[in-house]
Amino acid sequence: MTPSKNPMQRIVLFGATSAIASAVARELATPEARLFCVARDGDALEALLADLRVRADDTDSTRIQGTTADLADIDAQAAVWQQAQQALGQVDGVLLAWGTLPDQAACEASVEATLDAIHVNGTSAIALLARIAPDFERQGRGVIAAIGSVAGDRGRQSNYAYGTAKGMLATYLQGLRNRLFFHGVDVVTIKPGFVRTPMTAGFNRAGALWAEPEAVASGIVKAMRRGREVAYLPWIWRVIMTVIRLLPEYLFKRLKL
Amino acid sequence: MTVSWNRIPQVEHAAETTLERRGRALPEVPRPLLAHGLGRSYGDVCLNPGASLLHTPGLDRFVAFDPATGILRAEAGLSLDALLRFAVPRGWFPPVVPGTRFVTLGGAVANDVHGKNHHQAGSFGDHVLALTLRRSDGQLLEITPQGHPEWFAATVGGLGLTGLIETVTLQLAPVRSAWMRAWSERFDSLDEFWELNARGEREWPYTVAWIDCLNPGRDGRVGRGIYSAARHATTAPRKAAWREPRRSIPLDPPVSLVNRFTLRAFNHLYYRQPVHATPRAVHHQPWLFPLDAIRHWNRIYGHQGFYQYQCVLPPHAAQDGVQALLDTIAASGQGSFLAVLKTFGARAAPGMLSFPRPGATLALDFPKKGQATERLFARLDAIVQEAGGALYPAKDARMPATMFRTGFPCWEAFADYVDPEFSSGFWRRVTA
Repeated sequence: MTPSKNPMQRIVLFGATSAIASAVARELATPEARLFCVARDGDALEALLADLRVRADDTDSTRIQGTTADLADIDAQAAVWQQAQQALGQVDGVLLAWGTLPDQAACEASVEATLDAIHVNGTSAIALLARIAPDFERQGRGVIAAIGSVAGDRGRQSNYAYGTAKGMLATYLQGLRNRLFFHGVDVVTIKPGFVRTPMTAGFNRAGALWAEPEAVASGIVKAMRRGREVAYLPWIWRVIMTVIRLLPEYLFKRLKL
Repeated sequence: MTVSWNRIPQVEHAAETTLERRGRALPEVPRPLLAHGLGRSYGDVCLNPGASLLHTPGLDRFVAFDPATGILRAEAGLSLDALLRFAVPRGWFPPVVPGTRFVTLGGAVANDVHGKNHHQAGSFGDHVLALTLRRSDGQLLEITPQGHPEWFAATVGGLGLTGLIETVTLQLAPVRSAWMRAWSERFDSLDEFWELNARGEREWPYTVAWIDCLNPGRDGRVGRGIYSAARHATTAPRKAAWREPRRSIPLDPPVSLVNRFTLRAFNHLYYRQPVHATPRAVHHQPWLFPLDAIRHWNRIYGHQGFYQYQCVLPPHAAQDGVQALLDTIAASGQGSFLAVLKTFGARAAPGMLSFPRPGATLALDFPKKGQATERLFARLDAIVQEAGGALYPAKDARMPATMFRTGFPCWEAFADYVDPEFSSGFWRRVTA
C-alpha cells in the first residue's frame, strides 16, 4: 500500500487537455471523483470531459465539469478559479499543467518570443499559484502540484528560455512549499524528463529515457497523494540531474547539451 | 520503422504522423494515407510503403456509454484491452474478440475480425451500430447499417481504405463475471474433431481447436489435437484469484528459436497438456487471449519475421480440404507452432471484403525459409483455390493477386468506395 496522505477526489486540472494532465485525469476519474478541467481548446476539452464522464460513471454530467480559458491570460485566472471552487465545493488538490515547448532559435531571434515563453511557462503559472495560495492557507489542507521540468535544473544552450521559466517556477514552488507547510498544505514540484507527448513530437523519441504520459501521470498522482516535495519522473532523472548539476560551470559551458 | 506483427514486409514510409484529436482535417503529409492502430495484423494491410501512416492509438477516448443498454461509443484508436478493463467490471463484454486484446476498435472494424464465438455471434461488424468516417474531401460521414448500407458494407472489413474511421458505436454483450466455464478434450484425428465440433458448437458459444501439425495420430495421419469450448460464467469461482502474467520475450534472439526440433517438441508437449473434460472455471484472459500472456512473443522468430497462413474453406470442401492442407504441411516438414482450426457459422458477413464465411478456417504460422516456404504456400494456395476458399487479408504478406480476386469477388464493387487519398501496401499488391 502506498501511504496516502492527501485525498485525491476533488481536483482541479489546469491545462487539462495536455497529454500528461489528461492521463492524470483518467487515473483520477473514479465513481467517487469530482474533477474540474480547464483548457484552452473547447473541442478538445469537450472530448476529454466526455471520456472522463464515461470512466467515472458520471451519467448526468454533474461530477466531471470544466471550462475553457486561456490561462496565459492572468486577468482571466480569478474567474476560472472561482468557478472551479464553486463546482467542487471543496478542493483537495490542483495540478498546473499548461505550457509550451518554445523554439529556442526563435527565442534567440526575438525578445518578444523569449518573454512570451517565460510568461506562458513561468510567470502565468506563478500568478495562479499566488492567487490560489491564500485559499489553501485558509482551508489548512490540500495539495498543490505544478509541472516543472528537468530543463529548469540547469540552463543549457538548447532550451534555456524554457528552462528559465521552469527554473523560476521551481524556486517559487520551493518558497510556497515552505510557507504552506505551516498550514498543512503540500506543494509538489513535478519534474518530468522526456515524455512522448504532442509537445515533443518533433524529436527522435526512441530510447530508454523516453517515458509514456501514462507512466508520468501515475507518478504525479502518487506524489500528490503522498505529499512529496519534488518528484522526478521517471525517478532516474533525479540521478541524471544530480550529475548534471554537479558539473562545474567552466566545464559545463563547453558542452553541447 | 513501423512493421506489422510478423515483421514482413520491412518497408519504409514517407511519413508517420500520430493523430491526437478527432474532428480535424487529415494531416498535410504525402498521399496516399493509411490509418495504423496497434499493428497486430500480419503483413501489409496496415502498412503503406513509400506513403504515409496515421497512427491512431492516441484517438482512444470514450465518447458515450449507456450502462442500461450496453451501447458504447468510442474513438477508433481505443484498444480492446482498454475496453475490457472498462466494461468487464460493469458487466459488459465486447461481443466479438480476436485472439489478442491488443487491437484497436478501428482495426477490428477494418478487418471485420472474428473470434472463437463466430458460430453464435458472427463477426465484429455484426455488432457495430454506427461509424464516423473522415474522407479526404473533408466530409465526415456518419454511417449506420440502416442509413447507409453500402458505405457500412464497404467500411466494415474495408481494410481502412474507405477513409479514417474516427469513432465506433458498439453494442456490448452482458456478462455476469470475468470468468468462463471451459472444457477441453484431446482428439486423435480430424474425424474425431468434426464429431466433437458438431456437439460443441450446438451448446457452447466459444469453440476452437489446436492441431498438432507435426506428429500424426494413431491412424498415421496428421490431425490430432485439442478441442476447447467455453461460455461466460454466471459467477466467479469462490476462490477467484487471477493475476495478469507479466512474461515477455525481452529481445530478439540472434537466430530464430523456431526450428524443426523445437516445433516437434512443442507440439508434442502441447498435445500432452492436461485436459479437463468437465467444465471448470477459467479467467477470460488466458482462455480468450492465451498468447497475450507473453508480450512480444513474435520475437521468437527473430528479426527476419514469420508468416501467417489463414484460409477459409466452404462447408462442402472443409473436411477433405483441411486434411489435404495438413498432409501437405506434414509432408513439407515445415510445421507450425499453433495450428488453429475453427468452424464459422452459417451466416453472411456484414462487409464486402469480410473474411468470415460459412465453412472452416485454419490458421498456421511458419518461419520464413525462403524458397521452401514459398513452394509450400503455392501448394496450399492450390488446395484452397480448388476448394473455393479464400485467404485472410489481415494475415497475409504474400498472396497472389488472383487469389485475392477469386476469394473476394466483390473487390471491384468495393473499389468504388476506396477514398482516392487512401491506400495500403496490401491493396496495391493485390489490385495492381
